[in-house]
Amino acid sequence: MSLHDLHINVHHLTRVEGHGNIVVKVRDGKVETCHFEVVEAPRYFEAMLRGRSWYEAAIITSRICGICSIGHQMASIQATEAALCLEPSEQTIALRKLLIDAGTISSHILHVVFLAAPDALGVPSAFALIDKNFHAVEIALKSKRMANDLCDYLGGRMIHPITCVPGGFTKLPEVSELKKFKERIQKELIPILFEFADIVYSVKDNFPAFTRETEFIALKNKKEYALYNGDIASTDGGVLPKDKYLEVTNEKIVPHSTAKHCSHKRSSYMVGALARLNNNYSQLSKTAKQVAERFGLKPVNCNPYMNNIAQLVEAVHCAETAMARIDEICAKGICPEEPPRELRTRGGRGVGATEVPRGVLFHDYTYDSTGRITKANCIIPTNENFANIDDDMKKLVPEMIEQNLAEDKMKLHLEMLVRAYDPCISCSVHMTRLD
Amino acid sequence: MSTGKKVRVAFFDFTGCEGCQLAKISMENELLGILQHVDIVNFREAMTEASWDFDVAFIEGSISSTSCVERIHKIRRLAKYVVALGSCSSIAGINAIRTGQDFDDVRKEVYGEYRYNFASLPALPVDQVVKVDAYIYGCPPNPKDVLKFLTQLLSGKTPEVVKYPVCVDCKLKENDCLMLRGIPCMGPVTRAGCGAWCPSNNQFCYGCRGLVPDANKNAMHEVLDKNRLSVQEILNKFKLYSAYYTEVKK
Repeated sequence: MSLHDLHINVHHLTRVEGHGNIVVKVRDGKVETCHFEVVEAPRYFEAMLRGRSWYEAAIITSRICGICSIGHQMASIQATEAALCLEPSEQTIALRKLLIDAGTISSHILHVVFLAAPDALGVPSAFALIDKNFHAVEIALKSKRMANDLCDYLGGRMIHPITCVPGGFTKLPEVSELKKFKERIQKELIPILFEFADIVYSVKDNFPAFTRETEFIALKNKKEYALYNGDIASTDGGVLPKDKYLEVTNEKIVPHSTAKHCSHKRSSYMVGALARLNNNYSQLSKTAKQVAERFGLKPVNCNPYMNNIAQLVEAVHCAETAMARIDEICAKGICPEEPPRELRTRGGRGVGATEVPRGVLFHDYTYDSTGRITKANCIIPTNENFANIDDDMKKLVPEMIEQNLAEDKMKLHLEMLVRAYDPCISCSVHMTRLD
Repeated sequence: MSTGKKVRVAFFDFTGCEGCQLAKISMENELLGILQHVDIVNFREAMTEASWDFDVAFIEGSISSTSCVERIHKIRRLAKYVVALGSCSSIAGINAIRTGQDFDDVRKEVYGEYRYNFASLPALPVDQVVKVDAYIYGCPPNPKDVLKFLTQLLSGKTPEVVKYPVCVDCKLKENDCLMLRGIPCMGPVTRAGCGAWCPSNNQFCYGCRGLVPDANKNAMHEVLDKNRLSVQEILNKFKLYSAYYTEVKK
């Protein structure tokens, strides 16, 4: 390694959700400091949940994060239902899954096009793309609108949905409207997603060819590509029931971050689209697999920058499954059901696990006999990824020095690395309870 | 605001979920039109280039750390017009639930023995730290409300402030009253402007826009009591979004 002094400090990294700094210090070619600092102010959600009623938990935890609000509601509702022995109907589950499909598409488009793609296209933001490639911005907005319209319709609104509550939906969709959404997905959304695939393919060489072996963790469900629920699977082998999530996450506090770090079988693990794809590739839809093949994305892929591509693949997968789900829901017809407004309970503990766009999310609540929370724990995908990001940086920085990359290029590759994880820092400092 | 040249707009995020900013990116149909009238010069969540030369600053999130306090002062010094965007910023919102709880206890619950590693304050609405010129309420703000606000601001009008409760919006929508169906709803004491978003979806209003001026809290307590809610449940309903005003500014 050549002798090298380097000091990179990216204060409040842009185009990520929340506040974080990249800090790299190299002296005489030796890496002294190399990590991603989380500087978001702590938010104390677990303490806020104490004493709150079963019908309020999802309203509160949804506010952990605007982008992931659908996922937080799903994990929260599943935890509450498990704790209070509340069984949702098949219709409710089908509608929740459809809401997740739409939310995942919207979040992935937002991340790939607005937050990550500007790096690959060499512009500082998607706003700058308006002059350079107006068409791309226009179709990005159009496709996101379509996914958001479906969320708005099912959930009452896309950010912090209203209708999705423990035990069911406060307002149900109509078959005729759902059929219209299916047509829009088929005729408009899927062609646009293919167009994105073309655009991203044209700049694919701008994503660094970095790899590092690590453990990939995602939910697994025998019936389908797991997003709504499943058991915990790892590319290092083994499947655990969701209730045993603490054996996987092992959260610990590190001095450079208000967000906690996680590790399982190695010093770190990765969650998110790439981890899901690495664990459940065979369950992807046919077209989604074709997109993956085009980019040479096969399991187990160990390039974290490929998470952007995995998101694109998942967007196609979710669009296709959403169409199939709508067909199924419409064939059965919508049954008029109402969620319970009052509950009798003996109390108890329940765990909810959902794949949100950024990875597997766990909510764990204990309720007393009046239906109020006595203890809560939330484990956020971005926290699970932080240790992995640090480990990636520790391998990437010496490699970049070896390749004699210019400092601005190194900085760009580090920023792109963190962005590839699609971190959600507001989420990550929500914060979690210490046991 | 002058209408001659493009207004320079900046967005700053403090402690919150960043859903309000997302709400703005989610105005897909209107976004390109809005950009013909404003220049977005600082928006960390969406862009890398950043300028500190702006006319209007939209503030999202609560003030909850010493660095937040410094940053909001810098923004106030430079901005001609400061807008509190969303509940965390305008009324401290969900972040304020912990107001009134023992703060050391809250910190111990989450960080244990490491609780003094991270400088943190009880969450405050922005106007408790610097002057705020206008408010956009809601968690999240309703895009229609945001658009109306922007239109008024850009055409030089003073943005309208809603001083009536959600029940008015609900009646205008001809919704059935949830209370009459036995579903406790905070509509009677909550600031309107959302178009009765939740009640229109058969969900009770949980007060995300804060208390309407001169809300009759005692009457509301009585109504909730008649709905067989326990005292703790009633207090929780008020404290979900308005804890700062029920605990600190009684």
